[in-house]
Amino acid sequence: MYRNPTLFLIMAVVVFAIGSIVSTALPFFLESTVTPMPSAKPYTALQIEGRDIYIREGCNNCHTQTIRPLYSEVLRYGPYSRGGEFEYDRPHLWGSRRTGPDLARLGGRYPDEWHYRHMVDPQAIVPGSTMPPYPWLEKRPLDTSHTHRKLEILGYPITDAGLAEAAGKTELDAMVAYLQSLGTAVPRTPAAIPTPRANLVNPYAGDPAILAEGEALFMEHCAGCHGVELRGEAGTGITMTELVDHGPGDEADIVADAWEGVEGMMPAFGPLLGEDRLWKIANYITSR
Amino acid sequence: MNPRSAGDIRIMRAYAIWTVVWGVVGMLVGIVIAAQLATPALNFANTPLGPYLTYGRLRPLHTNALIYGFGAGSFFCMQFYMVRRLCKVNLLSAGLARFQLWLWNITVVLAALSLLLGMNTSKEYHELEWPIDVLIVVIWVCFAINVIGTIYLRKEREMYTSLWYMIGALIGVAILFLGNGAVVPVSLFKSYPIYAGVNDANVQWWWGHNAVAFFFTFTPTAMIYYLLPKTTQAPIYSHRLSMFGFWGLMFFYLWTGAHHLILTPVPEWLQTVAIAFSLVLIAPSWATVFNTYMTMGGHWEKMRDNYLVKFIVTGVTFYGLQVIQGPLQAPRVFSQLIHYTDYVPGHVHMGTMGFYAMIIFAALYYVVPRLWQTELHSVALANTHFWLALVGQLTYNITMWIAGIQQGAMLKSMEPDGTLTYTFVETVTRIVPYWQMRTAGGVIFFVGVLIFTYNIAMTIRGSGKEIAAEEAYA
Repeated sequence: MYRNPTLFLIMAVVVFAIGSIVSTALPFFLESTVTPMPSAKPYTALQIEGRDIYIREGCNNCHTQTIRPLYSEVLRYGPYSRGGEFEYDRPHLWGSRRTGPDLARLGGRYPDEWHYRHMVDPQAIVPGSTMPPYPWLEKRPLDTSHTHRKLEILGYPITDAGLAEAAGKTELDAMVAYLQSLGTAVPRTPAAIPTPRANLVNPYAGDPAILAEGEALFMEHCAGCHGVELRGEAGTGITMTELVDHGPGDEADIVADAWEGVEGMMPAFGPLLGEDRLWKIANYITSR
Repeated sequence: MNPRSAGDIRIMRAYAIWTVVWGVVGMLVGIVIAAQLATPALNFANTPLGPYLTYGRLRPLHTNALIYGFGAGSFFCMQFYMVRRLCKVNLLSAGLARFQLWLWNITVVLAALSLLLGMNTSKEYHELEWPIDVLIVVIWVCFAINVIGTIYLRKEREMYTSLWYMIGALIGVAILFLGNGAVVPVSLFKSYPIYAGVNDANVQWWWGHNAVAFFFTFTPTAMIYYLLPKTTQAPIYSHRLSMFGFWGLMFFYLWTGAHHLILTPVPEWLQTVAIAFSLVLIAPSWATVFNTYMTMGGHWEKMRDNYLVKFIVTGVTFYGLQVIQGPLQAPRVFSQLIHYTDYVPGHVHMGTMGFYAMIIFAALYYVVPRLWQTELHSVALANTHFWLALVGQLTYNITMWIAGIQQGAMLKSMEPDGTLTYTFVETVTRIVPYWQMRTAGGVIFFVGVLIFTYNIAMTIRGSGKEIAAEEAYA
């Protein structure tokens, strides 16, 4: 064999093929890898253009889109990813590195306005973020010259309404539409407060010592949407972000609301920050 | 002298030079993106250059410049060199090699421009869009015809170990590249893969991991089996071990792709098979390491005196560590801590900076003086380069392993009441100093590369223009 290059080449190909066939060709014949979940939907015209902008800008170099079945991960990001959610993804965008957080269940976590502001100035919404801004997305009109062909190739439904939705938009509109579609095939499980609302007791009532910490926590985690003056002036245009009207006695409601979040508006902060930090933030808010 | 030999030598010289050029470019981009992570202003996003210089566009430029520029260039140069020496014949066609050189350089430039413009498939190490893929296929076919054709014309009947690894690399890369490159074009600048979802991910990492195998392991191993006996004047310790190593790698690597997909939605059995085979892979990989150390047997003083041996044996040592660290990342118990963290680039760069680059440096230090019939300009500078490469690489990688474990642990940390201790951005803030240290490590390594470039340039400049008879096959 070592004196016969032809034989050597054939042997090398055969040996190469064995592992390749079992690990990579065989899975195509398994139903579990090719069957979409009933609740998974093909992307619309606007969403697929947004997805292609995500690919163009290399977002998958910093963000993953697959939640592992690990307790801490599910707590942080939502229900873990199922194979059937991804059957319309060509290419997959699972990523391999989390320089930024996972985005698999980003859809409906924040309102559209949050995304519009965040893409253009990440540090204003998330203090400490190292994500670069993407201001040109706001200014560039969406190029829809290939949209019809894309939908054809991907085998997605082509509707007049869908194509009309993509007309006259900016690239940022498309990106936001795409981001809001992520992970919507699996519904979010609500974050239940461990103590019923009526039984919440403020452990820091009348304790000025923790206000400095409460303020620091508020600025780090809340001011991005609710504004440093608690008047919602972060420019997100998100409604119900004024907090300045809350006074002493409202702490339990603030903690409960923040814990559960508001579907489509505010993430559930309970799992992320925990009861102690939420009380400190609530006491800071009511002290203002 | 035989004009065919002179033609061969001229073409190998050109490949050597361009390998160094693309290496410098690719590594410089690496430093830029490392700095961008810690300092987002360096993305220049709010300037007119904004869209073209963000991390998301530059990272694929870094990886692709080093794979298809530096990596491919070093294969071309060294495989042409070794196939001639091991087969005792001239190349099948120096003309084909020259056509390949032009096409390759044009392709690398087009590839770089296309990535800056955002034409990318998102598939790691296969980001280039389909027209450039076509060019790469043409280049690779030209190369394979030339190398395998030369082997068929050989005067030395038995194929030496290096040739096995070269053949393996040629066919492996070809099949993998085509497999993961199967797309339907939307336009000249955009395509979609024929695969979807779970299977697309699986095909991607069949490509991704085995590209590492065939691009970054098989070819440097071919060089090790050539350079080690040449620089130590000692025969390779065990031929049987090299056979076990080759066929073991050829067989076991192809099952391991899914170790990049641990705890993702790919089938559980596939993940487990990938983990198991990744661990088994330690054995054939260590065949090379063991063979190297045993060959060094009575000759360890050469590490002190001979800069080539320093690069080769240190490179092989980090290869040995790499092929233990990697498999140990696969089992779920450890993967769940470090997957998606900086630990992974820390692993990657011990392989690229600690193993791969060291072997390529040794190869170029060996081959350049011979191609130009002269002595290396400065052995002292080569030694300096060695130490900078070692210190830079260790700074980079150790920093990243620590950062990865820290961030992984912080992200998993939970309070007694069942809530998370840290938000994501809190972990990022803690990691930033490690990113700065890693950039410093990269800069140290790069200074070494600049010294290497200077040394090579001065060597070439100081040589005569004539090609003497020694390197020729009359």
